[in-house]
Amino acid sequence: MRSVILKTATRLVSALVMVLAVYLLWRGHHAPGGGFIAALVAATGFALVALSEGPAAVRQGLRLRPSHMMGAGLGLALGSGVIGMLAQRPFLTGVWWPPSGVVVGTPLLFDTGVFMVVLGAILSVLLALEET
Amino acid sequence: MMAISTHNHRSNPWPGRLSALLPLGLLVGLVFQAPRIQSGRPLALAFEWVPGLNVHFALLLDGVGLLFALIITAIGLLVTIYADAYMVGHPQRNRFFLYLHAFLLSMLGLVLSNDLILLFVFWELTSLFSFLLIGFEHASAQARNSARQALLVTGCGGLLLLVGFLMVGQVTGTYALSELPGHAAQLHRHSLYLSILMCMLAGAFTKSAQFPFHFWLPNAMAAPTPISAFLHSATMVKAGIYLLARLHPVLGGTPVWMTTLVLLGAFTALWGAAVSIARTELKSILAQTTIMALGIMTMFLGGRSAPALTAAMTFLLVHSLYKSALFMVAGAIDHQTGTREIEKIGGLARFMPFTAAATLFATLSMAGFPLFIGFIGKEIMYKGALTEDVFPGLAAGATLVSNALMTAVAATLVLRPFWGQPRKVHPSGEAPWQMWIGPLLIGGTCLGFGLIPDWVGHWLVEPAVRAIHVTPVDVELKLFYGFNTPLLLSMITILMGGSFYVFRRWLRRRLSQLLPALPITTEGLYEGLVAAVISFAKWQTRRLQNGSLFQYLVVIIGATVVSVGWVFLGSAPLSALWNPPEFPGWLGLLLIAMLMAIGIVVQARSRVLAICGLGVIGAGAAILFLVFGAPDVGLTQILVETLTLIIVAIVLLRLPPIEPQPDANRLQHTLRLTLSIGSGVLVSAFLIAVTQHDVDRTITTFYEQASYIQAHGRNIVNVILVDFRSLDTLGEITVVAVSALAARALIRKKRSAP
Repeated sequence: MRSVILKTATRLVSALVMVLAVYLLWRGHHAPGGGFIAALVAATGFALVALSEGPAAVRQGLRLRPSHMMGAGLGLALGSGVIGMLAQRPFLTGVWWPPSGVVVGTPLLFDTGVFMVVLGAILSVLLALEET
Repeated sequence: MMAISTHNHRSNPWPGRLSALLPLGLLVGLVFQAPRIQSGRPLALAFEWVPGLNVHFALLLDGVGLLFALIITAIGLLVTIYADAYMVGHPQRNRFFLYLHAFLLSMLGLVLSNDLILLFVFWELTSLFSFLLIGFEHASAQARNSARQALLVTGCGGLLLLVGFLMVGQVTGTYALSELPGHAAQLHRHSLYLSILMCMLAGAFTKSAQFPFHFWLPNAMAAPTPISAFLHSATMVKAGIYLLARLHPVLGGTPVWMTTLVLLGAFTALWGAAVSIARTELKSILAQTTIMALGIMTMFLGGRSAPALTAAMTFLLVHSLYKSALFMVAGAIDHQTGTREIEKIGGLARFMPFTAAATLFATLSMAGFPLFIGFIGKEIMYKGALTEDVFPGLAAGATLVSNALMTAVAATLVLRPFWGQPRKVHPSGEAPWQMWIGPLLIGGTCLGFGLIPDWVGHWLVEPAVRAIHVTPVDVELKLFYGFNTPLLLSMITILMGGSFYVFRRWLRRRLSQLLPALPITTEGLYEGLVAAVISFAKWQTRRLQNGSLFQYLVVIIGATVVSVGWVFLGSAPLSALWNPPEFPGWLGLLLIAMLMAIGIVVQARSRVLAICGLGVIGAGAAILFLVFGAPDVGLTQILVETLTLIIVAIVLLRLPPIEPQPDANRLQHTLRLTLSIGSGVLVSAFLIAVTQHDVDRTITTFYEQASYIQAHGRNIVNVILVDFRSLDTLGEITVVAVSALAARALIRKKRSAP
């Protein structure tokens, strides 16, 4: 079931979906969005690719195994907590840089960790199902 | 051949070799502390750990700790050297050294802890590493069973021990070991004394293989021999003895303490000694004599006189030395001949002169021949037995008989394999030097210590006894105390041992007939208990976890409806429900659409249609969320619906069509309908009732105000998730990751199955 229309549309749509996912992740702190939602969006994008071009294409595009992605995400979330400890505050305390005029903070790192874990979890199940 | 060479490639010998530096460094460090400890100034070190619970990371090096720590590090060093040759070419060689030294550090922590809770942590760690090491050859079912048995027995004892520690903490208000002797009188009078004592003894007796928990130790011989030499003779099994010694000034001296320890210790000693005669396999013999030795030490810790405690501490040292040497020898014989059956080997001394010399020294010490430290140990034992407060005659008798049996076993151990006619099995020459240097050094120490007993008494035994005896004592170990009762008993021991040796075949035959004829064994009881637990688990799994999703849902929803409904109907006035909240009229259309979709789902004969219906319901719910001001939840709802649709679409292709429900299942059908409507009505009524009340908005207000100021974010939901409650989120994403891995494994397994 490899439809040319689906394939062509997927190229465009999946790219847009990925951009949307990253945008949702970035803006999540101030507006609806965040790591979990962004991961769901990204997962739909990958699911689309998997449906139109097969799971192998997803794996190739990812370059990273879903299970490794989950591990890296957990590590990132933990690491963002450790940064708080390095700043002599309790584990997982948010640290911001620069301290006053807020641009980036460890919560964004943490949220990226959530993003990777959720995306990795969905993809590992999805790809396993597709490859059955 | 290929497999072996790749394994060899992976097991570089150097990490294991270099790990010998750990016990070496610790040993040297401890030796330099000896003068300070001898002069009665313990070394203490403490950090705060959980100050709120009054638990501290507190270490204390005093006399008894030093004696144990020296034994642990010295024998640990020799065992590491020994294992370098014993484990040669083993694919998991590096893992072995990792476990070995992890155990060594846990054991050191155990004997140096000055805090009961810390001691418990190390106690459990030693059980854990013992489990890993007994089951090291995990491909063998016997090793796995033995490991599990040891873990269950010592683990249960460990839990009781924790209960005992907590009770001590409740009664005295402190967990510091060094402060507990000051509370001894208070504990003795307290109504919980007996419960505390029983918990402590359960911990100590399971760990130190006292009757009726002795059966795990012989099975633990499934471990590689260096482990038997280290854990299951010299160190870990002595942890119970250590605990009894530590608690002696705290809980000891009461009639129940003395009676229990003396009677059980004496029985264990006689039991171990008798069974060891019946055995013909080297490690099995040694395991039984270890049980005997642990019984003797327990028995002496039951006394409160200085000679009794001196006997316990001296024998601890004596036994650790000769027993670890003999285990290493057993491993060397096994390594060179391929068998540990003493009836199959003979005349090895010609081929293995160093090993033979080491065995000779160790067994002479074991048999208690003059000039060896074992002789001194035996003298002081008789002196200690005669000064016991309860049953001195029984203690002396048990000591005499078990010592005589030990002498016979010692003679068997050295004479049968090493002298006499060579048998069928021939060795391939002397063992590698790493495998005889340790036993030979220890054997030499048995002789050396025997020649300078006053030095041993001054530096090793006296500080240990002082640490556990209420009043200060002077320990004098001498080669010759003069002609007295202990000397007479020593002589009788050797004579009796000689005759036991001569009649050993007859004894063995009688005992081998007697032992299997016992109607009940504690090991049998243990097996029965484990089997009962397993069959109960199987039964309840079959009943509750039968794999029918329908049944799970019925139980979960039914339980919720009944329990929540019960409380709800009993407490909330139903009239409140007639006042539903306001909502815009056009939402009525949405509700009608959702109700129609529900109707379609229920009636659908094709899965695709059912899924589409569910999708409509989900989308409707998402719109409701958006209307009532929860955009994040609405967004999530839509995305989850989408993904569910995709996943279901993938799965769908593999499922059979929905089968029409036969009429026979009418009852089931009614049940489903009742449950669905019941839960729907209940949840709706519940929500309406909730909105009738004013909600406490303290927390909401806090988040609304603090979100931007403290966490620089305007999206409260996200700020809560990634900042205020990020620890919860961390836990949740861990669960997500773990369940995804499990789900993937299940899907894959299904695929690989034919």
